[in-house]
Amino acid sequence: MGKVDTKVTLCGIELDNPVIPASGTFGFGYEFAELYDINILGTFSWKGTTLNPRFGNPTPRIAECKNGMINAVGLQNPGVDKVISVELPKLKKVFNKKVMANVSGFSIEEYVETCKKVDKLDEVGWIEVNISCPNVHGGGMAFGTSPEMAKAVTKAVKEVTTKPVFVKLSPNVTDIVAIAKACEEGGADGISLINTLLGMRIDLKTRRPVIANKMGGFSGSAIFPVAVRMVYQVAHAVNIPVIGMGGVDSAEDVIEMMLAGATAVQVGAANLINPFACKEIIEDLPRVMEKYNITSLKDIIKGVN
Amino acid sequence: MQKGLYKVLSNIPLTSNVFKMVIESEEPVNVSCGQFINIKLEGLYLRRPISICDFSSNTITIIYKVVGTGTEALSKVKEGEDLDCLIGLGTGYVTTYTENNALVLGGGVGIPPLYGLCKKLVEEGKKVRVVLGFNTKEEIFFEEEFKKLGVETVVTTVDGSYGVKGFVTDAMEFDYDYFYTCGPLPMLKSVYNKTTTSGQFSFEERMGCGFGACMGCSQKTTTGYKRVCKEGPVFYKEEIVWEK
Ligand SMILES: Cc1cc2nc3c(=O)[nH]c(=O)nc-3n(C[C@H](O)[C@H](O)[C@H](O)COP(=O)(O)OP(=O)(O)OC[C@H]3O[C@@H](n4cnc5c(N)ncnc54)[C@H](O)[C@@H]3O)c2cc1C
Ligand SMILES: Cc1cc2nc3c(=O)[nH]c(=O)nc-3n(C[C@H](O)[C@H](O)[C@H](O)COP(=O)(O)O)c2cc1C
Ligand code: FES
Repeated sequence: MGKVDTKVTLCGIELDNPVIPASGTFGFGYEFAELYDINILGTFSWKGTTLNPRFGNPTPRIAECKNGMINAVGLQNPGVDKVISVELPKLKKVFNKKVMANVSGFSIEEYVETCKKVDKLDEVGWIEVNISCPNVHGGGMAFGTSPEMAKAVTKAVKEVTTKPVFVKLSPNVTDIVAIAKACEEGGADGISLINTLLGMRIDLKTRRPVIANKMGGFSGSAIFPVAVRMVYQVAHAVNIPVIGMGGVDSAEDVIEMMLAGATAVQVGAANLINPFACKEIIEDLPRVMEKYNITSLKDIIKGVN
Repeated sequence: MQKGLYKVLSNIPLTSNVFKMVIESEEPVNVSCGQFINIKLEGLYLRRPISICDFSSNTITIIYKVVGTGTEALSKVKEGEDLDCLIGLGTGYVTTYTENNALVLGGGVGIPPLYGLCKKLVEEGKKVRVVLGFNTKEEIFFEEEFKKLGVETVVTTVDGSYGVKGFVTDAMEFDYDYFYTCGPLPMLKSVYNKTTTSGQFSFEERMGCGFGACMGCSQKTTTGYKRVCKEGPVFYKEEIVWEK
């Protein structure tokens, strides 16, 4: 059996493999670096960072679901300045590849200010703009639910940045393709999807929502088919690379996502259940590639017949 | 943190709904008292966190109460089966603050981690009074085990069916210079208000990962936000901010 090639290229930067831990499930990397050498990863997307520090939502923030979980962490992070001064130096000690900077905001100005700051960092290879957050000036409607707002954020961020910008879409929309196209028109270099699906659980004993915030983001294996469908639709409608995610927890899932149209694949909730998930997926990729007669992963992107 | 498959050596009921389980590791376990383990169960997505009650070089003992699907499934696990666990999670009790006399207060299934703690305090030559709080006589477990450690053991029951009638805070007349506690939230609050020295509290929170990656378990403290699963579950009295 010949050697297989797991390399892919994401906006000009070569990745050893397409596996990327998803934002919010990998912190700033060092909890995992205690367990394994995280330099085996393609890269990773750091915890959603905002302009100002945020504590996030009250607890309970987590609920169990069949084959998945709900989280309502609420973007807890120390703010971009602390991320740069405290988290980044620690991260540099354990990770020597370019990292993906995940950025969130509640107004266009906030996105712009935060992106300006992370754009200056050598360690950052790509900026991933999470537009699932509510727009405080837009009546609290999420940026990612309207093509106009999605395009406006993308454009504003692109004007102040030099690094490739991936816009991360919310699946809680009626027409994901329209949003993706709007981001492409706004100048996005790529699209990441999907973020979590809005979900809810109720405790039968107390008859109260399990999550203090009532609702939260549903993710994990259960959402995989929804994610594959959306990646497929978007990848076949835009001419920029797509990073696919949602429920991925095996090398087979990575390959399915790539067939649907993903150039790289993120792994989220699976890291929380099994901290070695990404390592195991990466190590298993060659076996699964050989099983399906794949010599190079680059060849299978959008390879669905 | 270590991850592995741990062989179940025993899993026996102590009361009608409280079980004691001993698991065995092929490798030496690197754990301390007050830390917890996080258990993966067939058919459930999230792991279930349970405190370490006692440990040896290659075994860990836990005590858990059946309250829902996860703990119910755990109670059905048979001797000889393998359990997928993350072990040695969180920051446990620090015993160096106790000069001589430690007061240890536990309520219900908050009691298990205090067993390992008492064992350590005794090994360090400290004098210990442990107060074990239950609702009724039928719920009592581990009284004898604590006594065998050589600690002064007092049991309280809310209905007065055994030992001192009342709450753990009704059996605090002991000349302590430091205290340790674990139990339900109302008990912790009462301990906070009635104790006169510094001490350490162990908290519970719903967890996503249990090892610091998801920010699911954050708690406000006087020194900033901390993760119950990483900086905790044990917090110092001075750090506590009661939000709930
Ligand atoms: C650090 C720590 C140590 C613990 N130590 C012990 C112990 O030694 N003995 C013991 O009996 N119990 C202990 N608990 C509580 C135990 O984790 C819960 O009783 C258990 O998770 C319930 O799971 P379930 O599936 O049976 O209940 P369900 O209600 O069906 O669980 C649903 C979800 O809620 C979570 N959950 C429910 N109750 C709690 C709770 N009290 N704390 C945290 N998460 C909860 C579950 O983990 C699960 O994700 C501890 C909790 C924590 C956080
Ligand atoms: C606990 C948790 C926290 C998350 N935080 C963020 C975040 O800060 N920014 C972001 O863009 N996505 C965040 N996400 C979404 C994930 O990055 C991912 O898009 C989603 O969970 C779907 O993938 P999965 O099914 O593999 O988890 C979070 C998800 C989880 C479970
Ligand atoms: S449970 Fe994930 S950080 Fe504490």
